[in-house]
Amino acid sequence: MKMTPTRRVTLAATAVFLLSLSGSVTAIHAIDRLQANSVPQQALYLRSTKVLRRLSLGYTGLLADIYWTRAVQYFGQQHHNDSGDFRLLSPLLEVTTELDPQLLPAYQFGANFLAPKPPNGAGLPGAALALTQYGIAHNPDQWRLYYNLGFIYYTELNDYAKAADAFKRGSELPGTNDFMPILAARMAQHAGEFDTARMLWFTTYQSTKDARIRQNAVEHLLALQVDEDITRLEQVIQKYRAQTGHLPSSFGDIERAGFIRGTPADPKGHAYRLMPDGRIEVEDPQKIYFITKGLPPGAEPPQPPHEPQPDLK
Amino acid sequence: MNSNVTGARIGYIAFNTFREAVRDRVLYNLIAFALLLSGAAILVGEISIDIERLVVVNLGLTAVSLFGVVIAIFIGIGLVSKEIDKRTLYTVLSRPVRRWEFVVGKFFGLTGTLVVNTFFMALGVFLALVYVAHKFEPMDVWVLAALYFIVLQFFIVCALALFFSSFSTPLMSAIFTFALFVIGNLSEDLRGFARVTSGLGGAVATAIAYMVPNFSALNVISQVAHGDPVPGRLILYNTAYALLYSAMAISGAVLIFQRRNLK
Repeated sequence: MKMTPTRRVTLAATAVFLLSLSGSVTAIHAIDRLQANSVPQQALYLRSTKVLRRLSLGYTGLLADIYWTRAVQYFGQQHHNDSGDFRLLSPLLEVTTELDPQLLPAYQFGANFLAPKPPNGAGLPGAALALTQYGIAHNPDQWRLYYNLGFIYYTELNDYAKAADAFKRGSELPGTNDFMPILAARMAQHAGEFDTARMLWFTTYQSTKDARIRQNAVEHLLALQVDEDITRLEQVIQKYRAQTGHLPSSFGDIERAGFIRGTPADPKGHAYRLMPDGRIEVEDPQKIYFITKGLPPGAEPPQPPHEPQPDLK
Repeated sequence: MNSNVTGARIGYIAFNTFREAVRDRVLYNLIAFALLLSGAAILVGEISIDIERLVVVNLGLTAVSLFGVVIAIFIGIGLVSKEIDKRTLYTVLSRPVRRWEFVVGKFFGLTGTLVVNTFFMALGVFLALVYVAHKFEPMDVWVLAALYFIVLQFFIVCALALFFSSFSTPLMSAIFTFALFVIGNLSEDLRGFARVTSGLGGAVATAIAYMVPNFSALNVISQVAHGDPVPGRLILYNTAYALLYSAMAISGAVLIFQRRNLK
């Protein structure tokens, strides 16, 4: 069957279209790979919010959204590249919130990732505090911002009085979380470290939709459980030693002495290991992140691997 | 033999498109460009310290790009519709000229106009550079790379303008092309956004991110203004990308124009 000239042109143009499309996508991939290292440097287009406001022609909300997306991308990419250098995170979040002071997720992100030391954050608690206080000044009725403030004072600066004050002020706002007055009281008493920390991370988990922040909170909650378990087990071993004059050789010895029931296990279901010197170790130290106890002597607390990209919804 | 005839027909259409653009006084923009650049070169020497070269390169290349994009859009959108309005298209197509040859010829005619225009503008940029710096420096060679990328940018804009004009009114074509030019300059952000979005939204965002033109990689003006080199591989990839993307838009225009009822 002979093909008409029109049909021939149509087929040829379709083939060129499809081949060019796939070729151009491949070329973009190649260009992106080539420029991969330059993205963080380009992340901060302009630092001056005054200039940005003028350039935006009044569309500051949209520009703030672009900067917010850039901040998340920048943090994700630096983290993915195992870079402990997050120097642009603070200015990116500052510009974002100056353009749109009501953009609450940016403050929460800042509290969680500006303050912690590298490689989990930028190690800038001062910048995190300034950002949160700026947020409170512009959103005085948002209890979450007071929660973030107390969180930074407690976890990064160990300033219990200021943390208590922040939680107390947040607890008096409409729609506040039930944990806020309890946290304020605990801070004032400076008691029950594990319970307080657990409550903080649980409230963090509860009060955000950001997958990255939630995952971070879950990892900390698991680590807290391990630290608490091991603290208690080591206290039991000391009691056993005081009673019998020697260290137990297995968990069975402690169980027979009536101190525990069964073989204790970590939150992921793996049995703890009793070492000959009476210490407790977790089965695989690389599986539970942020733990400070249960590690082999001299081992560093394990850090999470590359985290999933944050859910911006 | 056949391909020679086809090539000749495309060449005639391209040459006529170029001639028509010149007759329409398109190249008069060069006067405005020359005034702008010479004014800036003289002024910047009077009011600034140590950034004369920077200002001339930034201003010169930005003006080359913007003047060219405006010409590409406003000439490109009228390439087909004007021929239909004046009924000259029927005369052309009644001869042994195929529709796809007409589209491809128009594309080459417009890009040729812009290449000639850019050549004169580039001369102006280098003259202004000599005026402010009193000599050429080795890093000035990268200005040529930036100019080459600007020409590649024109290829894509011309192809898009022609694509839209193959089925839409001139006004709508201008809006669509200009919108894609703006979006294309933010395409890196768009791809970044697609990377952090999952599910159906992620798939749609990824498809859009790769369908819109990537102009951001073609803009190295501030880089070369600071004398930074342009990697050879970027020149290669950008060339491949611009040619492929233009081919995609032109084949899209051919597919639509082939089926268009011209009665």
